[in-house]
Amino acid sequence: MILAVAAPAGAGVKIDHWIANSGAQVNFVESHALPIVDVAVEFAAGSAYDSGERAGLAQLTLAMLKAGSSRYSETEASRRIADAGAQLRENFDLDRAGFALRSLSSEAERTAAMQTLADMLQSPLFPAEAFEREKARAVANAREAETQPDRVAERRLYALMYPEHPYGFSETSDTLALISREDVERHYRAHYGSARATVTIVGDLSRDAARTLAEELTSRLSKGTDFAPAPVTARTVGTTLRVAHPSTQSHVLLGVASLTRGDPDYFPLFVGNYTLGGGGFASRLLREVREKRGYAYSAYSYFRPYEREGPFLVGLETRRDQAREALELARSVVGEFVKHGPTETELKAAKKSLVGGFPLRIDTNRKILEQVAAIGFYRLPLDWLDEFPARVQGVTLAQVRSAFARRIDPEKLSIVVVGAPD
Amino acid sequence: MIPSRAAFFALALASGVQANPHEFTLPNGLRLVVKEDHRAPTVVHQVWYRAGSMDEAPGTTGVAHVLEHMMFKGTRRFGPGEFSRLVAEAGGRDNAFTSTDFTVYHEQVHRDRLPLAMQLEADRMANLVIRPEEFAREIKVVMEERRRSYEDRPRSLLIENLLATAFAAHPYKWPTIGWMQDLENMSWRDARAWYKQWYAPNNAIVVVVGDVEPEKVLAWARRYYGALAPKAIPARKALGEPVQRGLKRVTVKAQAELPYVRLGYKAPVLRDVAKDWEPFAVSLLAELLGGSDAARLHQVLVRERRVASSVSADYEMISRGPGMLFVEAAAAQGRSGAELEAGLREVIARIAADGVAAEELNRARVQLLAQLVYKRDSFFAQALELGELGSSGLPYRDADFIPERLKAITTEQIRSAAARYLADDGLTVAVLDPQPLNPRPASAAVPGAKH
Repeated sequence: MILAVAAPAGAGVKIDHWIANSGAQVNFVESHALPIVDVAVEFAAGSAYDSGERAGLAQLTLAMLKAGSSRYSETEASRRIADAGAQLRENFDLDRAGFALRSLSSEAERTAAMQTLADMLQSPLFPAEAFEREKARAVANAREAETQPDRVAERRLYALMYPEHPYGFSETSDTLALISREDVERHYRAHYGSARATVTIVGDLSRDAARTLAEELTSRLSKGTDFAPAPVTARTVGTTLRVAHPSTQSHVLLGVASLTRGDPDYFPLFVGNYTLGGGGFASRLLREVREKRGYAYSAYSYFRPYEREGPFLVGLETRRDQAREALELARSVVGEFVKHGPTETELKAAKKSLVGGFPLRIDTNRKILEQVAAIGFYRLPLDWLDEFPARVQGVTLAQVRSAFARRIDPEKLSIVVVGAPD
Repeated sequence: MIPSRAAFFALALASGVQANPHEFTLPNGLRLVVKEDHRAPTVVHQVWYRAGSMDEAPGTTGVAHVLEHMMFKGTRRFGPGEFSRLVAEAGGRDNAFTSTDFTVYHEQVHRDRLPLAMQLEADRMANLVIRPEEFAREIKVVMEERRRSYEDRPRSLLIENLLATAFAAHPYKWPTIGWMQDLENMSWRDARAWYKQWYAPNNAIVVVVGDVEPEKVLAWARRYYGALAPKAIPARKALGEPVQRGLKRVTVKAQAELPYVRLGYKAPVLRDVAKDWEPFAVSLLAELLGGSDAARLHQVLVRERRVASSVSADYEMISRGPGMLFVEAAAAQGRSGAELEAGLREVIARIAADGVAAEELNRARVQLLAQLVYKRDSFFAQALELGELGSSGLPYRDADFIPERLKAITTEQIRSAAARYLADDGLTVAVLDPQPLNPRPASAAVPGAKH
């Protein structure tokens, strides 16, 4: 019975796009194969909009949206969502802040869950008592992070890659201590407006119902302004930081600010990185570091594009006494790749894998939600997913070499080693 | 009322497809389970071997997992690393995991490439070559994996210590990744012996979920797996655990900021699908204690009393060995491990003492039923469910009974299950005692140290 109504296989992702009365961007993918509706509502309100002095404000504001609204107290809101069998998740990164809500599509459950989300987003009260509690939780988490070697490595590397830029800020007990309830209200008013609100809806809903839902989620938002994060200033030279920690392994990270979401070099870098460190056992980093020498369980590289130049990052963890060798090896693999690029055979294999594996990127509603939410937020063309295989296929050896040579200077990689050898 | 409507709704959905999944057994004993789902042109292929760390012996703990690593190191036909290279070039993803109960190898591919995945898995089911020099490198990788996942992760160390304390006899007392000294002492011969003992078609279940036709999958299975010879699988002793007669406790010191507490209560698991009701009651208990922000532990300990900064609960009713319900919590800033533990145990004890409201039970029930629906979004999750049932000796179609059984549980059964299982006599308390990161050198300011 369920199978009879399934969408035809291989139809790709058909995105229906419109602008809500509020001005919010809406993307809708209709699919009736399962009785589920997934919704994401996101704003340009990530940590890019923090100040160094009050780092952590953006994430605290998002947490506070759940703490009570004009219609529902914090307890009522969480019960309404649970009673509907729905799941609410915070989405937070450098650029974006918002929620993803998964609900059954039956009307009573869906309506109860979506109404609750709509009120959280549009009339939060930021109760003082809950604010103190959430702030204390944030302080506890920040302090805990400072004791865990993997978290310390990440926090230090971002600070090195983005000096003076909000992408590099990490919240600490000091920055959190300065944040007041009024700061949260101000941050909300400035960044949770319809001007940059993006609504993504995937699942078992008619187009009319999706329209109504998008209005319900955004019609009461203030307009707000859509301002871009501060530009990233390129570092002229990478620095190395060694942090003492009694861990059994050294946690090694290398990185540099590199790639924006709409970057013309996106595909050459993405495809090239498959061979360097993105393709698991097919990648040079894992082969050299793990397969040939047994230095580490995992060794990888990735590009994480954001509105401004997001990081190119290389990482591994290895026993302390061999950390020097492992780091040098990783650097030489990256250096060699930047200098010569992949071989013809490697590029061909990368493209085969990425093109052949494309269906796996969109084979669940949740994956579709994430892909389409990014398309919406970064204003990518609506056919971005449809074009993906052809764009990958079109990448040439010369493009990969040129892109890496221009965009990744191994000398500019910042390096952090936590639990460094003595 | 809204909750019960959702319950009926999910129930109708879960029993909607009668012919699915399809089950077959090949003459060599290999079991094949195929579930058709045509939502996307992809397929998940999983091979479940009924051999996990509970089948190991002291001295070679971790060998099930080490062998899992060696399975990527080549066969008589394919060289080391070829397996993953071929899957990757086909646009697929492959990996594997080892648990206490089984070892699972899996590929996700476009539906047209399923035969390749089956061919490769069938090949390494019988033709693995374990080269001593490959083993020597790979065992180092496994030790790095252990350092990364346990030695440097205080909360993982706590779990490891909890299990080592809770179980006196059952092999669940050692970690699946193995003790470090056993990894240091392991030889390629241990891995080879493990492979010879357990890797055979009659100790495996192949699960396929996705955009496939069952008859075609059966034909491919016959072609690739059908030719493999069965082996005599050693008789398995029933492994028990003596009744725990009182609270056990363990403390772990490690670098961290927040005290952290994990409670483990001995709990039943599903054995007789027709009769057992307790595992369903315990599932609901875990959900109403720690399933969401609306659940008791979060309400009381995070929001009201501010003793905890985070809490959760978890319980798996399907397991080859004895079950446990776990509750874990991190302390709020400035709160001690003792306060946190007292808070957790008080909230838990109240259920046996006072029972639960119908509304609270319904909330937990609706959430579990909705999760069953959400699971259908992922072929991989559906395959995991089928493989787990099969490897644990339960009929595959039992997934369909779960909603009905959950629906039948009453508030009185919840109270009674809490009184029986959430009691101190079957409890193990594990407490993380956080150590400062940079302790002051003890001798620095001691007068007279120079003498």
